[in-house]
Amino acid sequence: MRRADPVPALPPEFRAWFDRRGWQPRAHQLALLDKAAQRRSTLLIAPTGAGKTLAGFLPSLVSLSGLVPAKGQRGIHTLYISPLKALAADVHRNLLAPVEEMGLAIRVETRTGDTSTSRKARQRVRPPDMLLTTPEQVALLLSHADAPQLFAGLTTVVLDELHALAPTKRGDLLALDLARLAAIAPGHARIGLSATVARPSELRAYLEPQSGDGTIRLADLVIAEGGARPDMRILDTELPLPWAGHTTRYAVAEIYAAIKAHRLSLVFVNTRSQAELMFQELWRVNDDSLPIALHHGSLDAARRRKVEAAMAAGALKAVVCTSTLDLGIDWGDVDLVINVGAPKGASRLIQRVGRANHRLDEPSQALLVPSNRFEVLECRAAIDAAEAGDHDAVQYRKGALDVLAQHVWGTACAGPFVPDALYREVVSAAPYAGLERADFDRILEFVATGGYALRAYERYARLRPTGDGRLRLSHPRLAQQYRMNAGTIVEAPMIKIRLVGHASARRRPGKAAKLAGGRVLGELEEYFINQLSVGDTFAFAGHVLRFEGLQDTEAFVTRTSDPEPMIPSYEGGKFPLSTHLALRVRRMIADPGQWRALPEAVGEWLAIQAERSAIPDAGEVLIEVFPRGNRHFLVVYPFEGRLAHQTLGMLLTRRLDRLGARPLGFVVNDYALAIWGMVDMAEMERAGRLDLAELFAEDMLGDDLDAWLAESSLMKRTFRLCAVISGLIERRHPGKVKSGRQVTISSDLIYDVLRKHDPRHILLEAAWADAATGLLDIGRLGDFLARIKGRIRYQALTHVTPLAVPVLLEIGQELVYGGGVAEAILREAADDLVRDALQRGP
Amino acid sequence: MLDTAVHTLSLCGATLVADCSGAIYWPAERTLLVADLHLEKGSSYAQSGTLLPPYDTRETLARLGSVIARWEPARVVALGDSFHGPGAADRIGADDLASLQALQKGRDWIWLAGNHDPAISARAGGHVADELEIAGLTLRHAPAEGEATHEIAGHLHPAAKLAMYGTTIRRPCFVGNGQRLVMPAFGAFTGGLNVLDPAFSALFPGGDIAVWMLGRARLYPVATRALSAD
Repeated sequence: MRRADPVPALPPEFRAWFDRRGWQPRAHQLALLDKAAQRRSTLLIAPTGAGKTLAGFLPSLVSLSGLVPAKGQRGIHTLYISPLKALAADVHRNLLAPVEEMGLAIRVETRTGDTSTSRKARQRVRPPDMLLTTPEQVALLLSHADAPQLFAGLTTVVLDELHALAPTKRGDLLALDLARLAAIAPGHARIGLSATVARPSELRAYLEPQSGDGTIRLADLVIAEGGARPDMRILDTELPLPWAGHTTRYAVAEIYAAIKAHRLSLVFVNTRSQAELMFQELWRVNDDSLPIALHHGSLDAARRRKVEAAMAAGALKAVVCTSTLDLGIDWGDVDLVINVGAPKGASRLIQRVGRANHRLDEPSQALLVPSNRFEVLECRAAIDAAEAGDHDAVQYRKGALDVLAQHVWGTACAGPFVPDALYREVVSAAPYAGLERADFDRILEFVATGGYALRAYERYARLRPTGDGRLRLSHPRLAQQYRMNAGTIVEAPMIKIRLVGHASARRRPGKAAKLAGGRVLGELEEYFINQLSVGDTFAFAGHVLRFEGLQDTEAFVTRTSDPEPMIPSYEGGKFPLSTHLALRVRRMIADPGQWRALPEAVGEWLAIQAERSAIPDAGEVLIEVFPRGNRHFLVVYPFEGRLAHQTLGMLLTRRLDRLGARPLGFVVNDYALAIWGMVDMAEMERAGRLDLAELFAEDMLGDDLDAWLAESSLMKRTFRLCAVISGLIERRHPGKVKSGRQVTISSDLIYDVLRKHDPRHILLEAAWADAATGLLDIGRLGDFLARIKGRIRYQALTHVTPLAVPVLLEIGQELVYGGGVAEAILREAADDLVRDALQRGP
Repeated sequence: MLDTAVHTLSLCGATLVADCSGAIYWPAERTLLVADLHLEKGSSYAQSGTLLPPYDTRETLARLGSVIARWEPARVVALGDSFHGPGAADRIGADDLASLQALQKGRDWIWLAGNHDPAISARAGGHVADELEIAGLTLRHAPAEGEATHEIAGHLHPAAKLAMYGTTIRRPCFVGNGQRLVMPAFGAFTGGLNVLDPAFSALFPGGDIAVWMLGRARLYPVATRALSAD
């Protein structure tokens, strides 16, 4: 499709620049120029490689190039916000090309956590024309009294990777900061850049100030033409497919062959432990000593930079990586993406595949390697969805209250404010459009005095009335306190991993003081390190390491020649199966016509399932009950993802316990849930003592959920995040450096006391809402329970079924203990002491 | 209840009952011991802008109330750091003060001085002392340096950690060697120091210690080799 001269808005020097590069301005780039001329906020949806970033900046470059350099300060003209500081740096490099080549008098600078204090201070006095930064830095800039001058001349805000940012707490904070910016510079337009999503309206609403009258305002939408269709295929293997597990070890030789046949491959896996394992396995077969590297979020930043540089320089053959390389940075000429394990969502798959061949006109090459039989179905479903142009939706998100509390505090740091005006401003941010005034007032009260029913802290109030209807900070120290704690990314406490030699490590326990020095390999979550004993081995940074001990906040390890780590895995980046993909998988299973497209072993597996038990319709849920060993199993197949299944497992075991089934434990994967117990549940059902419809009744999300949640460690973890983000407890206090390990007061203790003495406190409410949408996936569980009402397909069987095998082989079983897990472990440790004592004699 | 909720220990010939709340009852002396209540820790933080829930005092007093109801002691000794910082006793709210006075009524009440509360306001009631000797045992806030016998102290907030089945449990605990005993912190907002910390090995040379971890309804004696460092 050719267009007649479509480019009235593009000035001659820009046209010449495009020509010199041999480029044609793309339609969406010109469309954005047009939108900018009308001062319209716009969402641009474009695939990787479509010149998205340039499109976002083009209006600003054109506008700034036409300005006569002002005599005085110009202030910030364009603000670019990215979820990653590395991305901001990358965009900075890319922007310098047009600026320098056209000789434009435009100052472009980045501002991130890495920017020096002096440079940051200078930027506030003498701001650049374009500032490239992160949401946290915007919040910090807005907390200063000079923010109105700094942003008064703002014309454009560019939001990169908006689909990744908007549906998070960082997105909530950013939305509130955008509302603040709109109050300072009312005319500014926003340009959102996003990968393809199923429902752009959520992101369009995010970009547009809301009226608060119940109607939703949307920004304009520009969709770039798609490029060549990616070429995606599932690894065609002769080998038998594993029943369960996530190691994908069976396919290593074939993955290696694919790497060998390409220039540069990205090998995506879903968790860091899988990355470590795949890296180990690839090196084990690496007879040609191909340069294969490892990249994930726990590795030391310097090591990651090295890998990135080597990629860009073309010195690598393959990189095994996690979602750290999902987002838009180009590190090299990737020509093959290998996705190991299930993609979990169609959009994630498309984004990852887009990492290969950053040229629109050539198809990206992708190889999907399922690690077990269920994952074959999921890979097939994801490819079908991608080819049909179906994407996962960005879910509409209700703004979090802890983030609002942080924002209110930050606003007060910049100067006195009028509560009415701030409320109007807050509800103009899409995530907070539905916020009731009463809840806003409770948050104000929380920031001022803690919001406790017992009003004990009036005299310590952090906000005080000025006498003219405004509220001001009661002490300047509180502004410093805010700035040290701002942001919504609460890291789990991390421990540095240091590699030391055997000699220094073996000078034996008690004398731990000998553990010192050594190269830093990276950081791991404290809870993972906590479960290690000296001598345990685990895989990290590409080695199998032996744990030698902990000293302050550092763990010391040595290398070991053990080929297999003893401690299997640590967490990191587990995505649940998307709702959309789950539905496709259910449909595929329900329709034997589709089985032919699957590998033979998988089709056979489903056929035997049909014979032995049943294949449920897409709208049904299958429940199987059978004995095995001396246990009785109940297996459910909801296909609602690990998180929702975990919650369902907790609730079902409670109910089964009450019914007398004496459940002992359960295990979940993304597709199914298996519970086992002492009592024959088929017999209970026959005798009328177990009513499945009742067992799965929606009311389990009421009292049972509350009772379980109150005690659960998951709730405490969620509460800790809310307590930190809302400013109830500090990460750092002025004058003191405090690591996550050394919080002076445990949020668990606060949680217990608050729950007992002030159960309606707003922070408990906030934590509950977070848990429900996040770790518990209550919404999805609720939809499931509603969906299966009257649609339970029950099978009482004598044997384990083919469909049940994968979940029964899953690791990570949850055991049900009478008096709580903790007490059981204590009891066992105490019994151990008694046994010991009896053996040794007096 | 007695056989699960408590554990009897012997210290230099004295028979003491350790309660799962973290208190010690000394039947022969009809005396109840508690350490490190840290009352008004919440309001102490609030003074510097961190608005912790203002319920720690009532929670701590409620727990103390139930131990007192269980043992009906004639005498209560608080082993120091009963108040979290200067002025704490004056900040106690009227309701909480009334609860405290109700607990004190009809029994001898002694506050030992701690590093957080070297001086205690008269508002707190009871008597104040630096340390106390009862029937041959010395009660004090911070354990004496180096080896010592016949001593019960607090100050260190001992806690023990178990790592099993891929999970960890950290609980306050009693730690002792038959010659001296360190009590866990009793207050609602008090954290703990791992008994494997050098601060404890200085008190118990040779490392021959016994540890009782606090469970929900009983105490659990745990072998030191089963414990993990932080």
